[in-house]
Amino acid sequence: MDMRTPLGRVRGLGSAKEGADHFWRQRLTAIANIPLTLFLVITLIIYGGADYAVVASHLASPFVAIPMLLMVVSAVIHMRLGMQVVIEDYVSSEGLKIIGLMLNTFFCAAVGLASAFAILKLSFGA
Amino acid sequence: MADAKSPAPRPLSPHLQIYTPMLTMMMSIVHRITGSALYIGTLGLAWWLIAAASGPAYFDFVQAVFGSLLGQLALLFYTWALIHHMLGGLRHLVWDTGRGFELPTVELMARASLAGSLLLTAAVWLFIHLAMGGA
Repeated sequence: MDMRTPLGRVRGLGSAKEGADHFWRQRLTAIANIPLTLFLVITLIIYGGADYAVVASHLASPFVAIPMLLMVVSAVIHMRLGMQVVIEDYVSSEGLKIIGLMLNTFFCAAVGLASAFAILKLSFGA
Repeated sequence: MADAKSPAPRPLSPHLQIYTPMLTMMMSIVHRITGSALYIGTLGLAWWLIAAASGPAYFDFVQAVFGSLLGQLALLFYTWALIHHMLGGLRHLVWDTGRGFELPTVELMARASLAGSLLLTAAVWLFIHLAMGGA
């Protein structure tokens, strides 16, 4: 016999007001990505083919490094959410799905941290 | 009872290849494909940034890779994927407000974002090669 109350039974099972979190973060980062990736594209158009010294000093400027860091953070959150849906839709085996979702998070965290580390190293020198 | 786990032989839903291909469904799957390509492509951006943080010798090597024919083709495709995914995303943001679901509007937005992505990609690369003298 179950002695728990109806409220106790459903706790932790439902969306608990977080059901729209995935949707909302996807849209939030999508809107953030519009100006941030445009900034990246313009930066790459101007500096993509430049010499090392020019690129390194440009990326070290706070006016470039800060938007670049924002772009990296917003982009990796956005792509993690997007790839999560792709994996959930197309990988039907439960085990492979969980492994895929874990690798997705690892990939996005690694790419994000590596990019952020490179930008910070250029900014702080050495 | 035979094998209870095997489902009754009910009709299956039609497969994708039964439907006549339409622009809107192509745009839908291309949005996912470009998103996935951009996902992989962030490795290239991270690599370039790490190279810039590593010093001139390694940076020159990475610049040479991106400057090669294959590197330039990859960057060309990446530019298109980024612009196409962004324009597709803008369509989704319009739909999120509950607008633009009329079929003529849907068809118009699909055509406009496809044409827009191709034109903008061409514009970016023409600008790179004419104004900047190569990427």
